[in-house]
Amino acid sequence: MASIEEGGDSGHKKGPGVKKAKKLSTRVDMTPMVDLGFLLITFFVFTATMSTPTTLDLNMPKDVKDVKEQTEVKESSVLSLMLGKNDIIYYYEGKLLEDGSNFKTTTFKGVRDLIINKKKEVISRYVRDPECEAKAKSEGKPISNCADKDFVVIIKPSPEATYKNTVDILDEMTINQVRTYAMVKIFDQEFELIKVTEGATPANK
Amino acid sequence: MTPFVDIAFLILSFFIMATKFKPPEPVEIKTPGSVLSQKLPENNAVMITIDSSNKVYFTVMSEKDKTKFDAIINGINTSQNLGLTPAEIANFKQTFAVGVPFAGLKQLLGTDAKEQAKLKQPGIPVLDTLNNQLVYWIQQAKAAFAGEKLNYLIKGDGASKYPTFEAVISALKKNEEFKYNLVTSLDDIPVGTELYKREAAGEKDLKK
Repeated sequence: MASIEEGGDSGHKKGPGVKKAKKLSTRVDMTPMVDLGFLLITFFVFTATMSTPTTLDLNMPKDVKDVKEQTEVKESSVLSLMLGKNDIIYYYEGKLLEDGSNFKTTTFKGVRDLIINKKKEVISRYVRDPECEAKAKSEGKPISNCADKDFVVIIKPSPEATYKNTVDILDEMTINQVRTYAMVKIFDQEFELIKVTEGATPANK
Repeated sequence: MTPFVDIAFLILSFFIMATKFKPPEPVEIKTPGSVLSQKLPENNAVMITIDSSNKVYFTVMSEKDKTKFDAIINGINTSQNLGLTPAEIANFKQTFAVGVPFAGLKQLLGTDAKEQAKLKQPGIPVLDTLNNQLVYWIQQAKAAFAGEKLNYLIKGDGASKYPTFEAVISALKKNEEFKYNLVTSLDDIPVGTELYKREAAGEKDLKK
């Protein structure tokens, strides 16, 4: 495609016998090259920014056998979330009652409000703790960190939950700034309750 | 037009140099999204992949120091009495991911690296608590990277079930490792949440 323009030397102005050197232009048609260049740019732009894998840190505690070493939490400020199948979350606040009357269900959309409300409730019950506030001050953290220090979320994925559910719920902890949360193996009693609840609701949900 | 073309080619060369192609993967993994954005470490890491049918694969990531590969496979070979030939041991460097029980390792490493993708790998057995073979892999990796920082990447498919993930975690826990990185793709931070407010306030470290 590159065409080389020939200089106009058709005229014989200098008369016969005088040979004139042929003048060639050095201009090359660059359009196809530029086309190709832009094609490659587009290609690399797309491939370069497509998927940027990131990582989510996960710290697991050591398995503690001794009951004395286990962390104790206030019953009133605990929210237990159980991940069931089909992206359903089962939850209860505090302790699970014998009759299972505080065992409720929600979805991944509803869980955020649930966490926010529970967190507000815990903060509203906060009695000023000068020791914790002094410590937060010395470490340069806001005092408000103390207000929700009691708030604990316990995550219990059931064997039917997917990995995505697990990551989503961990993400929800970050989004709502839950400082204390734990991932625990689900109790048999709770798994039974999930199964009972699943049986009660239409299966095609 | 010349300056214009110059710039275009400058950009082109930049992208060519900046692009890193994804290494071939044994299976396609659809990672779930997460709002935290930290860079994925590429060196001194082992990656444990869980695919959508709950198969577990083990990958060593050490571009800089290839001797780690030898150290790990030699350790596995000796401790499990696999009787691998030197050629099979050398092939481990080319192997992108191991997803076979120890019994099938000889066959996998006996296959040319390019042909391995066609092999159907059954996954490393993890669900049986008495025969969680991932424990040994991690043990050898830990020994090979002794004295250096080793990152544990867990790359799970969104559809994989929780028990497999739990088994992987328990294998890591058995090796006294409690800090992991879950590989995720980036999600936007939902507007109006506490994390969003903190990001808007210009906080850099959103983790804490």
